[in-house]
Amino acid sequence: MARIIAGIGSSHVPAIGAAIDNGKTEEPYWKRVFSGFEKSQAWMRETKPDVAIIVYNDHASAFSVEMIPTFALGCAAEFPPADEGWGPRPVPTVEGYPALASHIAQSVILDEFDLTICNKMEVDHGMTVPMNLLFGKVDKNAHWPCPVIPLAVNVVMYPPPTGHRCYMLGKAIRKAVESYPEDLRVVIFGTGGLSHQISGPRAGLINSKWDKAFLDNLSKDPQKLARVQHVDYMREAGAEGIEMVMWLVMRGALDDKVDEFYRFYTVPASNTAVGHIILVNRPRGAKASGKRKPAAKHKRAAARAKSPIIRGR
Amino acid sequence: MARKLQVYDDIPGTFVFDAERSREGYSINMFCMSLMKDENRKAFKANEPEYLKRFKLTPAQAEAILKRDYNRMLELGGNIYFTAKLGATDGHSFQHLAALMTGNSQEGYAKMMLGGGRSVEGNRSRSGKNAPSPFVAGGAAKKAAAKAKSKPKAKSKSKSKPKSAKRK
Repeated sequence: MARIIAGIGSSHVPAIGAAIDNGKTEEPYWKRVFSGFEKSQAWMRETKPDVAIIVYNDHASAFSVEMIPTFALGCAAEFPPADEGWGPRPVPTVEGYPALASHIAQSVILDEFDLTICNKMEVDHGMTVPMNLLFGKVDKNAHWPCPVIPLAVNVVMYPPPTGHRCYMLGKAIRKAVESYPEDLRVVIFGTGGLSHQISGPRAGLINSKWDKAFLDNLSKDPQKLARVQHVDYMREAGAEGIEMVMWLVMRGALDDKVDEFYRFYTVPASNTAVGHIILVNRPRGAKASGKRKPAAKHKRAAARAKSPIIRGR
Repeated sequence: MARKLQVYDDIPGTFVFDAERSREGYSINMFCMSLMKDENRKAFKANEPEYLKRFKLTPAQAEAILKRDYNRMLELGGNIYFTAKLGATDGHSFQHLAALMTGNSQEGYAKMMLGGGRSVEGNRSRSGKNAPSPFVAGGAAKKAAAKAKSKPKAKSKSKSKPKSAKRK
């Protein structure tokens, strides 16, 4: 059975990609940003996921205003980096995982999430920047360490899907993954944010208090977070800060209770507050044994264990 | 038809790219999208008004583009990810556009960002809804709100000093 083992939240600021591509990562301004991902890269090298599902948004690259799908799942075998106006980023083509992707599509559509299926799609910095931050710099002619299933979310045209909808889609994705027969260890990324506004006279807005509350609730109280309204995101975290709803897809795909492995926050990268978090699902066995402490419950648990029926997972 | 007022129109200095603006600004954004191709950038630069005739722009939209009035483009349905392509065609960095939209110098804008960005305080609302969202402040805000209710005079002084954003 496939299983989601961890969720990663990460900003996807385009200037971070430019800093990587132009060899500026050692400059003090950028070192401040990149040093926050060193521990995460070590964690990723150790974790070695089999597949990554990456929830991200396109920025007028693959989708213009001609088609604006709310949720678009990449089911292709590969996703080339898009030309965003100054040539494609010098990163490898992203390899997909069509078998699992189409399984997820089938499962979540029957669960009433009406996805758009993309069998041909280019991906922009929204996806490749978080990949670099977690996997490190990868030579254009090499391979990314694992295949990726992209899930593009419209957060460009208002209204994006609600936070609650994103959270529930995450839950449906988790169910889909867990019904896939192959043994796969899957990680899921939520990307974008944190607070920023890049349009209009209020551009440059940053709200660190909001961002902290967002990360705290993401970790501990995602249901409360899922109830936050769009207008609050825009008012408090900037018109473009609304893309933070994508992190809720990631959170919904994890267990209700998770361990926060790591967190990083810095201001600014270009026009944006950079946020990053790694949330890890507790091992299923350990979770059970840790909870059943009272003797009475132990007996009940033992009795249940004898029953041949309820022995899943 | 006049724009129907939305709850988020209360946010100062912000043009939310909603479904209505998306419809109205379709041609602005398709024009900007065309600038992804080098041949189109050259044709545009060679004769801007002539090139704009390829798109069904309103006179106001065409004027905003020709004048590089980025805020007006947003107001008329342009989206920042698209209009940024026009800025790039002119050879400008994004911070140059940000400075233009905020009425700041590029150095001034860059300095503001390094200093932690534009504060949300006083920039939440045109109509004076400047209290932080309960979500941010959590328990502390609820307690403060409860206190404010019991002692209305003492609290309202410190709370209601809305330095509303100068620009619309």
